[in-house]
Amino acid sequence: MALTLLIAGGAVTVRAANLSPSVRSVAQQGAENGAKTCSACHGANGMGQPTAGVPRLAGLNAAYLVQQLEDFVSGTRRSPVMTPIAKALSQGQREALAVHYSKLPISVSKGGYVSTPLTTDNLGERLARRGIWSKQVPGCVQCHGPHGIGVGPNFPPLVGQSALYIANQLHAWQGGPRRNDPLGLMRHVALALSEKDIRAVAEWFATQPVIPQEGTR
Amino acid sequence: MRLLHVWLFLVLVSAGLALAACSKAPSSRGEVHSAPHVAASSAALVPVAATRSAAPAKSEKTHLFTPPPESAIPNNEFGAMVREGELIFRHTGKYASVYVGNGLTCEDCHLNGGRRPGSAPLWAAYVRYPRYRSKNHMVNSYADRLRGCFRFSMNGTPPPPGSTVIKAITAYSYWLATGAPTGANLPRAGYPDPGTPSQKPSYDRGLVVFNSDCTLCHSGNGRGQKALGQYVFPPLWGPDSFNWGAGMAKVNTAAAFIKANMPFSLGGSLTIQQAWDVALFMDSHERPQDPRFTGSVAATRKKYHDNRWSMYGETVNGHLLGSRSLPGNRNK
Repeated sequence: MALTLLIAGGAVTVRAANLSPSVRSVAQQGAENGAKTCSACHGANGMGQPTAGVPRLAGLNAAYLVQQLEDFVSGTRRSPVMTPIAKALSQGQREALAVHYSKLPISVSKGGYVSTPLTTDNLGERLARRGIWSKQVPGCVQCHGPHGIGVGPNFPPLVGQSALYIANQLHAWQGGPRRNDPLGLMRHVALALSEKDIRAVAEWFATQPVIPQEGTR
Repeated sequence: MRLLHVWLFLVLVSAGLALAACSKAPSSRGEVHSAPHVAASSAALVPVAATRSAAPAKSEKTHLFTPPPESAIPNNEFGAMVREGELIFRHTGKYASVYVGNGLTCEDCHLNGGRRPGSAPLWAAYVRYPRYRSKNHMVNSYADRLRGCFRFSMNGTPPPPGSTVIKAITAYSYWLATGAPTGANLPRAGYPDPGTPSQKPSYDRGLVVFNSDCTLCHSGNGRGQKALGQYVFPPLWGPDSFNWGAGMAKVNTAAAFIKANMPFSLGGSLTIQQAWDVALFMDSHERPQDPRFTGSVAATRKKYHDNRWSMYGETVNGHLLGSRSLPGNRNK
């Protein structure tokens, strides 16, 4: 399968030494320069491993995925696992992989609220839909989209991610291992959340029906 | 349940302080009107006699009014109307679609469902009506005021005064204002004074602010971002935004909103200069025509926009603002 056209806007640069096998092959088997296989952790279908906190990549916005890989390289997002992998990939491979994963289908569940009254004591749902405005923290869906399905290249889906992954990211924004949030928006949000808040909202999103983000398929 | 008790305690304290503060006012406006439909457990039914014997309260100026929590909406017909009003307020294009002519919701400019202090909260607006407005040279009822929002900010059709939409938003506003003194100018009403910029607001400086602080959400072309067919981040100009008759089209109003509330979740982080510059920038783009258009931009400017803060009829980057008639109300 030929490399697909890149959305991220940069030209494809494929070094002669890595004249690549197909993108899918890179994802499944790794690249010659040592990048581990993506599928070993993120799953052949790109849905991640919820219990291990490995995020789904399938159906995420391609530009967002490219940005995360670049941020692992620059260090604004730090992960002992992902940093060496991101560095081992060429820019062309990062872009191609991002497009590949953005197009993977995800199993779509039906249902879930859209715009209904908030009639619940569920802390997670209240945080997700209303936030904590006394601390100027909006409901998550006010930026991440209805259902948390994700909006454009800067607000990734929260739905279809495990509670562990979401909680880990909120901690990462609190503590500093992740500093790649534009305008420091997520750091501001994360610092306002208690442990109980983080657990509740992470679990709420993890139990929501999965709906694909638009524009990624 | 404990959380509910904490909320009730806070509302009790707030209502008590508000009542005590009002009891010091010399005029008859100091009287508090209790809400007859509020559930018995709500704080609004604190007897006035009990609060008069309470310790002296802070002055009204320093005390911030707090509306009741969503969980306090009563489970009766009145409460159902309040909920409908809230739904309309947060999802206007869906629940009042016939009257909406653009892609905005009320909540886009009245943040947090009309609750946020400093973001033109409903609870502060409700108690100030009826009032004279120079905009339309008459005493406006609250219903009149809401109809104006639909006509200009929502680029739509004003709902009939007796319509369920008007009744529902009024019920929601009234309920949010539970315990607030009628006629009061409550702290953090409207958009707070954004301060005076040291330099005259500039389009070019505003563009810099826009690119660094606004495009993340509102997109590079200012047209917002959508998901599931609805706007998540609203359009700031263009055919789906507020029209030239809206308050937000005035630079001073926009600067005040922006200074206190933008970027979303980081309100207060822009400097005074930045807020004014980006407000001017935003208000220097085309949007749907003023519904009061008289037939010429110049005449419409003279009649309705003859003030220093309206960009209507001004020429920016070679373009006469208001001259490109964008598609109007999509429901017409």
